[in-house]
Amino acid sequence: MKHTLVVLVEDKPGVLNRVASLFRRRSFNIDSLTVGRTDLPEISRMTIVLDADESNVERLTAYLYKLVNVIQVTDLTSTPAVFRDLAMIKVKATAENRTHIMQVVDVFRARIVDVTNSSFVIEITGDEDKIEGFIDVLRPWGIIEMVRTGIVAMARGTAAVPYLNGLVSSSNANSNGNGNGYHKEPEVEQVVSKYY
Amino acid sequence: MKLTGAQIVWETLVREGVKVVFGYPGGANLPIYDALLDYPIHHVLTRHEQGAAHMADAYARVSGEVGVAMATSGPGATNLVTGIATAMMDSSPTVFITGQVVSKLLGYDAFQETDVTGITLPITKHNYLVRDVKEVGHTLREAFYIAKTGRPGPVLVDIAKDAQQHALDWEYDGSPIKMKGYRPDLSPLPSDIQKAVDMIHSAKRPIILAGRGVLLSHAMPELLQFAERTQTPVALTLLGLGAMPHSHPLNLGMMGMHGEAWVNHAIQEADLLLAFGMRFDDRVTGNLASYAVNARKIHLEIDPAEVNKNVKVDVALIGDVRQSLRTILSAVQTCDHEEWIDHIMDIKGDSAVRDIQNLPDEGHLYAAHVINDLWRYSDGKALVVTDVGQHQMWAAQYFKHEYPNHFITSGGLGTMGFGLPAGIGAKFARPDAEVWVIAGDGGFQMTQAELSTAAQENIKVNVAIINNGYLGMVRQWQEFFYERRYSATPMRSPDFVKIAEAHGLTGLRVTKRSEIKDAVTKARQTEGTVVIDFRVEQEDSVYPMVPSGADLHQMIRRPVPSPIVETAEDEI
Repeated sequence: MKHTLVVLVEDKPGVLNRVASLFRRRSFNIDSLTVGRTDLPEISRMTIVLDADESNVERLTAYLYKLVNVIQVTDLTSTPAVFRDLAMIKVKATAENRTHIMQVVDVFRARIVDVTNSSFVIEITGDEDKIEGFIDVLRPWGIIEMVRTGIVAMARGTAAVPYLNGLVSSSNANSNGNGNGYHKEPEVEQVVSKYY
Repeated sequence: MKLTGAQIVWETLVREGVKVVFGYPGGANLPIYDALLDYPIHHVLTRHEQGAAHMADAYARVSGEVGVAMATSGPGATNLVTGIATAMMDSSPTVFITGQVVSKLLGYDAFQETDVTGITLPITKHNYLVRDVKEVGHTLREAFYIAKTGRPGPVLVDIAKDAQQHALDWEYDGSPIKMKGYRPDLSPLPSDIQKAVDMIHSAKRPIILAGRGVLLSHAMPELLQFAERTQTPVALTLLGLGAMPHSHPLNLGMMGMHGEAWVNHAIQEADLLLAFGMRFDDRVTGNLASYAVNARKIHLEIDPAEVNKNVKVDVALIGDVRQSLRTILSAVQTCDHEEWIDHIMDIKGDSAVRDIQNLPDEGHLYAAHVINDLWRYSDGKALVVTDVGQHQMWAAQYFKHEYPNHFITSGGLGTMGFGLPAGIGAKFARPDAEVWVIAGDGGFQMTQAELSTAAQENIKVNVAIINNGYLGMVRQWQEFFYERRYSATPMRSPDFVKIAEAHGLTGLRVTKRSEIKDAVTKARQTEGTVVIDFRVEQEDSVYPMVPSGADLHQMIRRPVPSPIVETAEDEI
């Protein structure tokens, strides 16, 4: 099934490459991957959608945590969350269908952001189903080109993903999670035994 | 203090306790090599960067400290790659420092420029590209910290030449390292510990599978205590050999593809597997679908990504093996599994165990004899470093591994050419130890140029070449699975005695069993590195063998009657 992971990473050169390379090396297929800044400096947020079963997602999560620049991985699949994709679609417009297209744009609560004598550029946001539906409606008129951002996601309610909520060090220390904190040097001691 | 980036490299290494580095200079790391002369660190000039990487790797495995290797940009760095991948697969704490072209030329295909961080991304625990002198010091500190904490592994630091040359007011910052995304100090949940303890108490046929994690976390005393208190027999992985003394009655021996037959049978019959610091590699499990199907599984493992990867476990205790074992030991009670242990001993009795010493000497020289005699005449105390192939498995089977970190071998990656350079690295880590490199004629030739390094450094390693004129392990597979069509496995080698002598070293040749003792004794008494060319039986195979992908208990056994035996079970 489709899983949506929110991955917080350090905003450093090469981090996207590390994540993408991990997917390739471990043979996972990415449906979509988006990266952008967060409100915290030095932290970027990735939203990754992939098709995999539960145990593979667990495995992938553990691999992601092995990347030193990965701060936190949260699976939003079973959490109530808002999922949004943005598409810009350039569609052919003629004198005859122009009004009709504008009506459809209204129905889908999309926006026309550029107009010429023979085309529109339409911007639409929404979940994947809505955008797919919109594209299906536009297709007969002739799509000239299209671009989509890929899914971004955020849990509903007040809570943020744990790291941003300051919950990391206590709640995640015992799970597969990473976290931030100081690390103690490993203790060194002499053990006397029959054999050693 | 005004220091150049190159000086900062050495200042940091000195403070990290580095005493020896292995490497090869070149255009892009000239500033680092220039600064080296002013610092109290011994540099070993190898004959190939791969040799430097294996030396650093073995140095780390033997000493427990971080091993360091250096190379220049481009071909220097790419030559390290095999060694880095070897260290990665076997979790060896290593730091690799490569020179890189000046930062303003990065990306312009400059002379000897290669995307080293890109190439090594999947084979390092982490890597860095340093373009600015300001980054040099703390990046190296982080590199050492990452290399040695958690599940250890190789870290590569690629330093642009201008970052080595520029100077800066710099003081060493010894404050604790803080990294947002790296937390190696995980510990298991108390509720999971309790579940594990309950499973241990209720088990009737438990078996411990101990791997390299036990050695890495120094959990040998805890392993011993746990095994004795719960009367649980211990099977070892190839890289776990030495984690439990061979002489201990609860030590069953090695498991897996070339493990002892009774060990594999015991695993298949067990009702509880206690996996300590091992990762259920395919060479250990055989066919996963039929692997220990009746056993519940407890996994003590520091790397969460290894849990449930190959084998689904019932309880995962994520954390340092030693700490987890200590917690378990505080709750676990004395158990008795006499019936189960007797049963394993019964299987063992069936396994065609004979005393190789009792075999009549019919003039043939067998690798098993060579290795068993090596063990005997070195008082069992030798630090054994192997290459990869048949001799490696024989060294695992016929040398009795009594002490921890005394058996150094490339397990996960199976890197031919590892033996000789690793032996040199091991000797630098333990100058007091008697180091024996056991290599095949094929693998030895891959890195034999490092004999020159041993000669220049004037160090003593003893090299036993198990010379059968074939790439033996591949030949064995061709014999078993490809109808004896020996494609590209017969190998003609140079005169290894003369090769040794050409390096100013001692070379010996052994063709009969009766000559082994004298040769080994002479090698031990001779100053400097000695190479012994053991001309062994050409078409001997390693038994038992679980064919790749077969069930663990479906082993190919040595044909009977056979001139040699499966196991060296002699009482001495």
